[in-house]
Amino acid sequence: MTFLDVLRTAIFALRGNWMRSALTSLGVIIGIAAVIVMVSVGQGTQAEIDRMVSGLGSQRLDISPGSRRTPGGARQAGSSFFTLSEGDADAIRSEIPEVQLVSGSLRGSSQIVFAEKNWASSWQGVQPDFFEINGWSLADGAWFEPQDYSGAGKNVIIGETVRRELFGEDSGVGQTVRIGRTPFVVVGVLAPKGQGGFGQDQDDVMMVPLETGRRRLLGAMGMPAGAVMQIALTVGNADDLPYVQGEVEALLRQRHRIAPGAEDDFSVRNISEIVATRTATTRLMSLLLGAVATISLIVGGIGIMNIMLVSVTERIREIGLRMAVGAGPADVRRQFLAEAMLLSLGGGVLGIAIGVGGALLVGRFSDLPTALNSQVVLLAAGFSVATGLFFGYYPARKASELDPIEALRQQ
Amino acid sequence: MSSDAMRPPVIETRALEKVYSAGTEAEVVALRGVSLAIAHGEFVAIMGPSGSGKSTLMNLIGCLDTPTAGQYLCDGIDVATLDREALAQLRRDKIGFVFQGFNLLPRMSALENVAMPLGYARVPHDERADRAREALAAVGLENRGGHRPSELSGGQQQRVAIARALINRPPVLLADEPTGALDTKTGEEILSLFKRLRDDGHTVVLITHDPDVAAHADRTFVMRDGELHEEGPYDTRARAHTGAGP
Repeated sequence: MTFLDVLRTAIFALRGNWMRSALTSLGVIIGIAAVIVMVSVGQGTQAEIDRMVSGLGSQRLDISPGSRRTPGGARQAGSSFFTLSEGDADAIRSEIPEVQLVSGSLRGSSQIVFAEKNWASSWQGVQPDFFEINGWSLADGAWFEPQDYSGAGKNVIIGETVRRELFGEDSGVGQTVRIGRTPFVVVGVLAPKGQGGFGQDQDDVMMVPLETGRRRLLGAMGMPAGAVMQIALTVGNADDLPYVQGEVEALLRQRHRIAPGAEDDFSVRNISEIVATRTATTRLMSLLLGAVATISLIVGGIGIMNIMLVSVTERIREIGLRMAVGAGPADVRRQFLAEAMLLSLGGGVLGIAIGVGGALLVGRFSDLPTALNSQVVLLAAGFSVATGLFFGYYPARKASELDPIEALRQQ
Repeated sequence: MSSDAMRPPVIETRALEKVYSAGTEAEVVALRGVSLAIAHGEFVAIMGPSGSGKSTLMNLIGCLDTPTAGQYLCDGIDVATLDREALAQLRRDKIGFVFQGFNLLPRMSALENVAMPLGYARVPHDERADRAREALAAVGLENRGGHRPSELSGGQQQRVAIARALINRPPVLLADEPTGALDTKTGEEILSLFKRLRDDGHTVVLITHDPDVAAHADRTFVMRDGELHEEGPYDTRARAHTGAGP
């Protein structure tokens, strides 16, 4: 029999029991769809992490108040929330030469109003290095002038989302807006960054000079003079990072007069540690999801094997007849293998369609990042072929080993 | 027929033996030294009660099985050494099977049933329908090609089966109780079809237990306890005198 004959015969046989064929394929459909969704989520998450690493760099340290062991420091007494100060940032800048950029920052949230438009967003009070540390660039307008920082100028640089909400198509540069009760002039618009590593909108932000934020926006919160909520710094050379981290910790302990053996009132976090944790978590998740997908494929394959065995038994007379008119064992084996392959390949194609659709839906309607590529689809197609071959071989061999005399005698 | 007489027999067995479960308590000797020669263009009947070894002989002649000892030359080819794959090829090229129960595939039309063996003979696809139509015409069913077996009478179904047996133009037509499922009149029609095929040069081997059916053949053999005896042209009228038959 030619390949086409085998295919035609297999399609004919499967159509005769199309409901059963469809149900048998369902196992593979689910398995393959699961493989595709899982792999695309796994790859998307990994790509996100890679982007975070390259975006944030492994040259960065973040210092926040509160000890490492009590990350909920914000809920402690007010004084422990404000253990960091501009003075700390200045000291780091002047005393650790390996440090390239340093910026203390404050943050809060506030309403921003322009004409009748109104938008709730978060603001950050920043020092000049902040923009470069965080990889911001300008889409329009200008950065703050030095006197904005020194004199608490009422100027603001807005993110793309805020600009869109307030000004629509216009750039908004030069317009006067109100943040809380204070009028501000928009001097710049930040170039959009898109979604962050945790799915948040990074462009929904307003930047003001540190002093401005402290005086005009935070109001009376009983914070000590010069306090900042966070200090971010970068080093010129990634290899210096562990050394600088130790230096910063020593410097701050000294400045905060922490007795030897006592706990830090601040914590220094290395972003690469977070990334490493996240990568490990993602890998574990991918592994678990992959296992689930594999199991469902195996279950689907067993379903195919089961139905093929039933089919061989049901059609034993047909097999006998075909052998009598000249079908060799290889012909019979090919025919049943082709049926199993069609079941799994058909299931694979449908599964790929559903999986790709599912991955697109997940990417659109959930926070999970997804990445689809042709490799995933090829992998899934390969899996479905392998499933058909593996689970179809035994029934096909069984059929081919039938004795035509016995088979013809069956009722 | 004179040219056929010059050719070696299409079926030739020499001292054929078949033993089942050899060497065990359940050992059954189904064939004992069966020697048989059937020439091209002969119409031969093999008779015998059940258990006589008739079916075993048929399976061997049909290349569905290989002998324990002895030799079987199917159109000159010794089957003893052939593997399953080669046996299948030999069946495809040399033997056309006709069964008691027709063995048509119910979901296929008559034409598709007839054309089915062509796939195994690797006949190009576009030739198949024409050849199947020809074969159906040869059994007088040129207008029934599109019908499913369930839409045909028993006699018509057996004609479709005969057309299928002829499709690969094998020298031997091997019919196992071909009239067993038919009424007498329809059975007679099928038997005259065999005679016509014989006249066209086909070799017909008919396996039956029914003397009235065997009477249509040119030569008759009878199997008894694994041994084959030639009975000559079978004469139903003579049966009463000789006392032969089952």
